[in-house]
Amino acid sequence: MEKILLKNIDKPEAYKLDNYVTNGGYVAVQKALKMEPDQIIQTVKDSNLRGRGGAGFPAGLKWSFIPKDPTIQKYLCCNADEGEPGTFKDRAIMDKDPHLLLEGMMITCYAIGASVGYVYIRGEFEYGAAKLEDAITEAYEKGYLGSNIFGSDFSLDLYVHRGAGAYICGEETALLESLEGGRGQPRKKPPFPALAGLYAKPTVINNVETLGCIPAIIEKGPEWFAAIGPEKSPGTRICGVSGHVKKPGLYELPMGVPLRELIYDHCGGMRGSKPIKAVIPGGVSAPMLIEADLDTPMDFDSMAAKGTMLGSSAVMVMEEGTCMVKVAYITSRFFSHESCGKCTPCREGTSWQTKVLHRMEHGEGRPGDVELLESLCDNIFGRTFCPLGDGAVMALRGALKHFREEFVYHVEHKKCMVGSDDE
Amino acid sequence: MLTEKTLEKIQQIQKNYHSKKSAVMGALMAVQRDSGNNLTREDMEAVAEILEVNPVEVQAVAGFYTMYNWKKPVGRHHIEICWNLSCSLMGAEHLISHMEKKLGITLGETTADGMFTLSTAECLGSCGTAPMMQVGDDYYENLTVEKVDKILADLRASS
Repeated sequence: MEKILLKNIDKPEAYKLDNYVTNGGYVAVQKALKMEPDQIIQTVKDSNLRGRGGAGFPAGLKWSFIPKDPTIQKYLCCNADEGEPGTFKDRAIMDKDPHLLLEGMMITCYAIGASVGYVYIRGEFEYGAAKLEDAITEAYEKGYLGSNIFGSDFSLDLYVHRGAGAYICGEETALLESLEGGRGQPRKKPPFPALAGLYAKPTVINNVETLGCIPAIIEKGPEWFAAIGPEKSPGTRICGVSGHVKKPGLYELPMGVPLRELIYDHCGGMRGSKPIKAVIPGGVSAPMLIEADLDTPMDFDSMAAKGTMLGSSAVMVMEEGTCMVKVAYITSRFFSHESCGKCTPCREGTSWQTKVLHRMEHGEGRPGDVELLESLCDNIFGRTFCPLGDGAVMALRGALKHFREEFVYHVEHKKCMVGSDDE
Repeated sequence: MLTEKTLEKIQQIQKNYHSKKSAVMGALMAVQRDSGNNLTREDMEAVAEILEVNPVEVQAVAGFYTMYNWKKPVGRHHIEICWNLSCSLMGAEHLISHMEKKLGITLGETTADGMFTLSTAECLGSCGTAPMMQVGDDYYENLTVEKVDKILADLRASS
């Protein structure tokens, strides 16, 4: 299979502009600059590219919401706040092939009429931020950024904005708040960012992986892209696999590859003799699946039909013997740590959930705690300002759905049912 | 007092935005980097003045994000070990207790000589090479007890 996103990452010094060009880069953007912006938007619509950040929203449609009035300032923000636990795909593109992202941003900015674009990169990615800064400098020197890029009428400035440690800034309106120099707390929608985003101007926010698909779509055409994988979620996907497999890592595969194939054919199967107990298919917010679900294809719709989500396609594999109360506790601790504090159900709910799971995990569970957790889920889900609270609930509900007896055992016996707590 | 070098950085950062306030995060980080990886109340006030932002808004930003070190100072080497799911599955807790013993401190503390601060971090996006930790700007991946011992020794020797 032809790779789109990771095609250069194993090549020596792929991060350098000259090498990117040698590898066929910056051809698509020159083609795009000769097209009408609307034609590009239509091309991306025809490709059926869906957002790779997690929600799977059609990228071309998102772009088409941007007002056409040329007198209004517009912005592109690349969401590189990669923070969903288990996810490490965008980092690879930025570290190893930053010009791919820049080229995707150039085309997108031209299509939506944005003269300024930002990469919002999480603060911890010092290395990737430096690589992006260097790549941007190289692009300016070549005339690929700045006034009249590639000799066209289009001018574009790109900047790196570094976060400083906050998962919530991956939520697009929190990202905008952060980019404006404030606390990263989500905004009320509507208005949606396409109408009032950064500095209240029309703004598109796209994930790194989404933008990384754009050059190939322009160069090879929407039909080529749409023919990869399932009709309704075409293209390739970078699956980041972690946990108890033999060969964890990044695998770029066509959408729709079943989990079983990913784990056994690509990752070499499990690391030891223990069979699979559970798999989280799309970052910790995605409810876990069990061995019986492994034939589910890795695409947006098939995962949704299984009651979970493809999310960031961060696949976390757990072997038999993994304590699910501990898994739930770690996950809940993460969400309560990262709750921005804006709305009560999330701020109070996730910390309460964590408190209950903490005592359960440490042999101090009380009768009624499992029911308390379930009631907390009911009172958080759908009642929070943004999807963070929902993520916390989906993760916990997934564990309770398949492994409720482990939670009950922890409460009744004050110890672990599967005996992994003595590590 | 901010140094000339820091002030220059802040001037540069401002050019990236259509609003001065957008430079708050970058400015705070620039100040922190130039002041031994720590931020003081005075630093925040200085940033507020330069960017013409209310000081309380700058403090709110410093308080919201985990990477600003203002609550208590961190040591020369700030060790942040990931204890989220992928790293935990691969044995992060074991490494945490090993480092606590080795350094003679518990999570959140700094060694008496000011050399190391040991903290936990939520997912740092390095899950395929778990367990991992970040020390300063650098990622250390596929950790084992032996590797951790060597990293600590090398850091100590480099200081």
